[in-house]
Amino acid sequence: MNNHKIEHIVPYRLYLIVLSGLILLTLISVGVTYIELANLTVFTAIFLACIKSVLVLVFFMHLKFDNKLLQILVTAVFVLIALVLFITFLDYNFR
Amino acid sequence: MSDHTTSSFREVKGKYKGIFAWIFSTDHKRIGLLYLYSIVSFFLIGVLLGIVMKLELMAPGKTVIDPATYNAIFTLHGVIMIFLVVVPGLPAIFGNFLLPIMIGAKDVAFPKLNLLSWWIYVFGAIIALSSLFMGGGPPDTGWTFYAPYAFKTNTNMLPAVLGAFILGFSSILTGINFIVTIHRMRAPGMTWFKMPLFPWTLYGTGWIQILATPIVGITLLMIVGERVLNIGFFDPALGGDPILYQHLFWIYSHPAVYIMILPAMGAISEIIPTFANKSIFGYKAIVISTLAIAFVGYFVWGHHMFTSGMSGTALYTFSLLTFIVAIPSAIKVFNWVGTLHKASIQLETPFFWAASFLFVFMIGGLSGLALGALATNVHLHDTAFVVAHFHFIVFGGVGFAFMGAIHYWFPKIWGRMYNSKLATSGWIIFFIGFCTLYLPMFFLGVTGMPRRYYDYVERFHGPNIVSTIGSWVLLLGLIIIIYNLVNAAYNGKKATKNPWGGRTLEWTVDSPPSLENFEEIPVVERGPYDYRKNRES
Repeated sequence: MNNHKIEHIVPYRLYLIVLSGLILLTLISVGVTYIELANLTVFTAIFLACIKSVLVLVFFMHLKFDNKLLQILVTAVFVLIALVLFITFLDYNFR
Repeated sequence: MSDHTTSSFREVKGKYKGIFAWIFSTDHKRIGLLYLYSIVSFFLIGVLLGIVMKLELMAPGKTVIDPATYNAIFTLHGVIMIFLVVVPGLPAIFGNFLLPIMIGAKDVAFPKLNLLSWWIYVFGAIIALSSLFMGGGPPDTGWTFYAPYAFKTNTNMLPAVLGAFILGFSSILTGINFIVTIHRMRAPGMTWFKMPLFPWTLYGTGWIQILATPIVGITLLMIVGERVLNIGFFDPALGGDPILYQHLFWIYSHPAVYIMILPAMGAISEIIPTFANKSIFGYKAIVISTLAIAFVGYFVWGHHMFTSGMSGTALYTFSLLTFIVAIPSAIKVFNWVGTLHKASIQLETPFFWAASFLFVFMIGGLSGLALGALATNVHLHDTAFVVAHFHFIVFGGVGFAFMGAIHYWFPKIWGRMYNSKLATSGWIIFFIGFCTLYLPMFFLGVTGMPRRYYDYVERFHGPNIVSTIGSWVLLLGLIIIIYNLVNAAYNGKKATKNPWGGRTLEWTVDSPPSLENFEEIPVVERGPYDYRKNRES
């Protein structure tokens, strides 16, 4: 149906900034394991991993430049997975 | 192109001959039929296993098989019926055959991937069934492979689990194919809200297949890791949590119920307006409820685990969400009934299947509410009531919709008509057999008979006899139906393009369709169920 193509050129600088962000977040993920966070340990790890996934999806996989429908669908998937994790932890945190 | 207008997809000579013309074909219609033949074969094996189980339960104590064989048989029955029959069932057969035609396309978006998914399906099935013929014997855990028993039993767990893992890839590939096909290949003019409801349900199903199946894949691999490497994900002795297995398993397996039932609802949504000769009542409500079921269906998995030892907070949440997911299902039922209101109904076999679907699906759905409520669940959990409930949903819902679908689209697929009287007789006998088989199990469950038990106390004898007799009646109905359809495929009267007066695009092409379905891609200018503008197809 939608065969129109949208041209976009992404500057290398942006990719390098995102790459630096990913490396920084990875270092934080490792560093944070040295801090005792009790129940929040898993949450922190998943939260940081989610930010990294979003960066990859938005910039490296060009979701930022794709059509609105695809953006909504991917967001819905993230919301869905987040809710699944949230509900699972309603068991673990209150058991 | 011009050659294709006269010869059907079966008659077109391709690169390969004989059976190779089928198993190497990338034509969506041939792949749909490959799935049909494979799935029906596995279904018949599953039916025979079910009949043996009912025979064993006809009387207390040993009747025909020993307890270990009974455990293996109910596991195999479940694995075959769930992973090989009902999950791929309607999407792989009717989705493959009809989705491109219903949206005005020549094929699916990725035809080679489509063929690959069938090959993966066959490969996974062979691996899973190989567990039957190896040293330790077939697995005896039930189709749920619950931890910790699943990594302690000496039976052949690994092939069964790996088979189910491989089958998941087939499901994911089909889901991707359908989603991309629907997004990219709808005919000009076919906006989202001009798309028929069967493709809509395949769309919802596709998302569940993509998002939920990897979770069970990983879970099954964790079982392999647990058995082979003693990692300790689920084994309490190693610091693991058996309830985590149940969470992971049902995070997939509950949405899987919607993989099964959504396309079934889609088929019913096609059959009812055609035989009511009336536009479907509440088209948008059905579409929205389809998407709502696909979304909310993700969050109700815990109702399978109410007695597992979850936290109280989780119990209340899952119970509430379970009641919420009943709403969109009920909306659909009201819409189907609303469509029939004041309609001029053609009483043909597909309609009988659809009408009886409503009946059994309602019983299945309402009994599900009894299981979704915490207090009654504690009483009914793991009893024959649960078996009756899910057979009313899965066999009654999906099975009846499948039967309705095959009788509805038979003229399109084979280009021939079946004997209507024999088909209706088959339906009546099957329906009576179905009710006789499963209704007593509600009673047995309420009075305390556990599921998956080989033996029982004397007071459960009467209903069990009735149930076993029901299984024979159902089998008789099934034999009549299969005989009638196979006979019609060879000897039936030639079908016209549109024998039922349907309005969706598949009824505008030849029966059976040509290789590329349409001579020219149609331009869609009306809604899918616009019966006011009946035009000669």
